[in-house]
Order: sequence, then C-alpha cells, then structure tokens
Amino acid sequence: MSVDAATVRRIAHLARIAVTDAEVPHLQGELNAMLAFVEQLSEVNVDGVEPMTSVTPMEMKKRADIVDDGNIADDVVANAPATEDHFFLVPKVVE
Amino acid sequence: MNAPVKTAKLIKGATSDWEMVIGLEIHAQVTSNAKLFSGASTQFGGEPNSHVSLVDAAMPGMLPVINEACVKQAVRTGLGLNAQINLRSVFDRKNYFYPDLPQGYQISQYKSPIVGEGEVTVDLDDGESIVVGIERLHLEQDAGKSLHDQSPTMSFVDLNRSGVALMEIVSKPDIRSSEQAKAYVSKLRTILRYLGTCDGDMEKGNLRADVNVSVRKPGEPFGTRCEIKNVNSIRFIGQAIEYEARRQIGILEDGGSIEQETRLYDPGKGETRSMRSKEEAHDYRYFPDPDLLPLEFSQAYVDALKAELPELPDQKKRRFISEFGLTPYDASVLVGERESADFYESVLAALEDKARDGKLAANWVINELFGRLNKEGQDISASPVSAAQLATIINLIGEGTISGKIAKDLFEIVWQEGGDPRELVEARGMKQVTDMGAIEKVVDDIIAANPDKVTQARAKPALIGWFVGQVMKSSGGKANPQAVNELLKSKLGL
Repeated sequence: MSVDAATVRRIAHLARIAVTDAEVPHLQGELNAMLAFVEQLSEVNVDGVEPMTSVTPMEMKKRADIVDDGNIADDVVANAPATEDHFFLVPKVVE
Repeated sequence: MNAPVKTAKLIKGATSDWEMVIGLEIHAQVTSNAKLFSGASTQFGGEPNSHVSLVDAAMPGMLPVINEACVKQAVRTGLGLNAQINLRSVFDRKNYFYPDLPQGYQISQYKSPIVGEGEVTVDLDDGESIVVGIERLHLEQDAGKSLHDQSPTMSFVDLNRSGVALMEIVSKPDIRSSEQAKAYVSKLRTILRYLGTCDGDMEKGNLRADVNVSVRKPGEPFGTRCEIKNVNSIRFIGQAIEYEARRQIGILEDGGSIEQETRLYDPGKGETRSMRSKEEAHDYRYFPDPDLLPLEFSQAYVDALKAELPELPDQKKRRFISEFGLTPYDASVLVGERESADFYESVLAALEDKARDGKLAANWVINELFGRLNKEGQDISASPVSAAQLATIINLIGEGTISGKIAKDLFEIVWQEGGDPRELVEARGMKQVTDMGAIEKVVDDIIAANPDKVTQARAKPALIGWFVGQVMKSSGGKANPQAVNELLKSKLGL
C-alpha cells in the first residue's frame, strides 16, 4: 500500500493540519516508508486468529450510575483563549 | 421484497406513479443519572459547562470508563425491540472536527453494535399494521451544544450534553409513506417510554430523527437517497418526507438524477435544503477506540434483564382485549401513552368487579375523561378526576346505584368540586330509584295519562321507548332504566 500526493493533501485536510505544496513530496515519502514497514506484517498468516484487543486478559471495568463529577466550570474553561459566563467562545461556525 | 404495492400509498407524478422508500435513524437519549463514560450529570438545563467532567471536556490524559446502567438500558431496549443482543460489542472512534466535539471524535459503535436485527409492529390509523425491521442499535456519545445567536462574530459552546449516552436505532428501509414513518416513530417512542430507557421528550431533543428518503417506480430497485438530519418532531418528520419525496420526483420526471446528500428541514419554510458544507466530513476514519476494551456480558445477564422487563404496549393491548373485551381501537388508544395506560390500570385496580366493568371503565376513560381533558387542553397527569374517583363512579353504575345518565352529572360535579363520589350521591339524592313500588306508581300514572299512546304501543311495540323516556324524565333520571323497561312491558302486555 502506498499513498499519492492527492491522498496526502486529503489526509492533512481531514486532520486539519496545514501542509504547503512544497511539503507534500517529503511527507508522501515518509508516509510510504512507514506503510512499507507496517506492510511486513502481511507476511504473517493470521487466518482464524482473532484480533488482539488487549495485552491483559481482563474484562472492561464499568462504573456505577452515580453523579460524582462536574460542577467545575471554572476548571473546564480555565485554558480556553476566550470565554464568557463559562461558555467557550469560538470563531462563529454557522451553516 | 416486491410485494404488490397498494395504489393508495403511491404518489401521482406528472408521468407515472411513484413509491417512497423511507428508513429512519432515531437518536434516543438514554435515561441515566451520569454520562456514558464519566460521572458528570445528564440533567437538562444546568449552568453552562457545569455538568462537565474533565473527561467530557477531553482534557489530555483523561480516560473513559463506561457507565454500566447505560449498557443495561441499551440491552433492555434491544429486548423491547425483539432484537438480537450481541454479547460482545466494540466501541470505535468516529473522527470529525466541530467546536462542540472536544475530543475530535465521537465514541460510537461501528462494526460491532450492542444490538443487532429486530422488529417493531406498527398500528396504522386505518386499522392495518406493518412490521418495520430494525437493522441495529448502538451506543454513542452525544456532542455539546453551540449557540450562534449570542454574538455577531463568535459561537458559544456549552458541553453539558457532551458525553451523554445516546442509542442510535436504525430501521431497515421498510417504510413506504409519511404516515407509516410517523406511526413508527411514535410506536418506538412509546416502547422506549414503557421501558423507561428514554423519556422521549422531543422538545428537549432527547429523541430526534435522521430521515432517509428515496423514491422509485413500483417494482424497481431502490433509488438514490437523501438524508434529512436532526428532525425533532413527529409532525416535522411527516412534512419533511412529503416535501423531499415530491422534490425528488420533480427532478426525476424532468430527466434529472438525485445526488446523494445530507439535507436540513426548515419547518418555517416547509422545505428541505442541502447542507453541502458537511459533505467533505463524510470520511470518518472509524477505528476501534484503544482506550476501551470490548464490551462483553453473559447470556445470563441478558436473561435476567429480560425477566424483569415491564409489560410492553403490544402485550398490554392484547391483555386489555382478551380480559376486558375492549375493541382493538380502544385498547390502542389506552396503551398509546404510558400515562394513559397507567391511569386505566389504576381505575381497574379500584373496581369492585373488573371482569364486569372493565370495558365500561375503558369507555369512561376514553370518552368522558380524555374528551374532557382534550377540551380543557389538560394533561392526564393534571386530571381533576383521579383514577380512584372515576373507579368509584363506575362502581356506582356497575352495582346499579346510579344510572349512566346521572353518572355523567356526577362526573361533572367531581370534576368541578372534587369529593368522594359515593358521599356526593348520598348527599345530593342522586341514587337510582330501584324501589319497584315507587317506579310502578310513576309507570301507572303515565299509562293512565296517555291512553292513545298505549293503543299505539300495542300495535307498534317500538313505541315503548317513548314511555321509558317519560318515566325517566319524571323520575329525574333516577329510575333504573332496565326495571322501567321490564315493568312497562308487563303493564302494556307486550
């Protein structure tokens, strides 16, 4: 598997990362090197092997349905560049 | 799939008939105290960002821990939809950027949902019923809320809803008209409310629908569909479908083709319009969420939940029909809203003889009580006449203490003034006269005063009705009509 220049631009856009045209060939080379590396995994036959989801044989922990968090609006917005009455303010996004 | 199509369901176009094909994705907010992956409150209407934990705000290093009550609610809902419950399901990340989605992805279920295929039986107004297939139900996080009207240049973001558990319930494309779609949503809402897994409050956005609409000529393969996002009332769902189907037929009949796209319904203008800006975002790059292990539980867990399910509307309806002889229509009216069914059940519980008066009670709840509540624009939860009071009125009729006519007066008094119906009947002398001597005297007087009518009645026995009316009138409605009838028959020799 390998990516072309158009795919690199598309991935960058989906990830909202600004990539100049000059950077595209370099990134394309890097991504393809990584993909080639990962590609080696396909040499292993995994027929009938279940995908591994965890390295520890445990069940997912669950929480009880109890409200024990929240009411920390000051902390929640503490790092926001712009706030008002505990709302986050962002440049207007409207359809 | 190509069963004969009823012509009544087809839409007439300029050049031919068309059939609608509709599928719905319902987003139902799970009833729980805390959010799907955090301990923050799900309560509606808190101060901005007050029901937000650092997990919901997606602060670095925070990890989600699943709320077991939300899992339980999803399984119970699946059981209520007669659906396959998957003992192992997986949470995935659905990636997109929007200011009210602080993680940059929504935790959802993609390839392995918690609930698989099921079905819902939907009763229609014309007395027919259809079965709508359920494709799947999965658990996912809700997003936050953006307000755009607070400032000319900025949007305000509140994350109180962020991370609240939603069930997305996806139907198969089995729906063929806007009426069917509305009936399906309302049935689904009823089931959720019976189960107590979602309050179904559409005004608060706790139940909303994405509507997929396409059209085709009968018998042809499915056409290209458009998805109308986030419709938040049953009426608007119907209007959006009608508009969208006609829009598509117009394009096709002019020789055009339908572009698959996401649209919005504008209730003010009564039309749908394209929301192209979201198109690019359709590449969600789902992958399993590495912060969460697969969700697993045993069949015993599912069986235990199944054993504790409440009686659902379809079962309740069947029971009302078989135990009390209700008509299917009346039974549907009563089970349609959980509150109505609960009220009727409370009346039943207070009846002296359920088997005898159960049907009478249904008539009173539907005709007198609902009729009056509708007229006053009141909700059953605020009914001035309680279930216990109504049951007493019905007991009084059933045991022959008052007539049906007097009962209506009594109902009015209880509605206006309250009080114990039994005491009111006593205090205001509303008791039915069952003293045969007293009734006989009235009957004799009327027969004596109307010799011409007596002759006529002997020739035409139907005229007995006139005599019954006279006797009832002169007794102030308190004579027992059955006794009067018997007595008249013997006196007139009929």
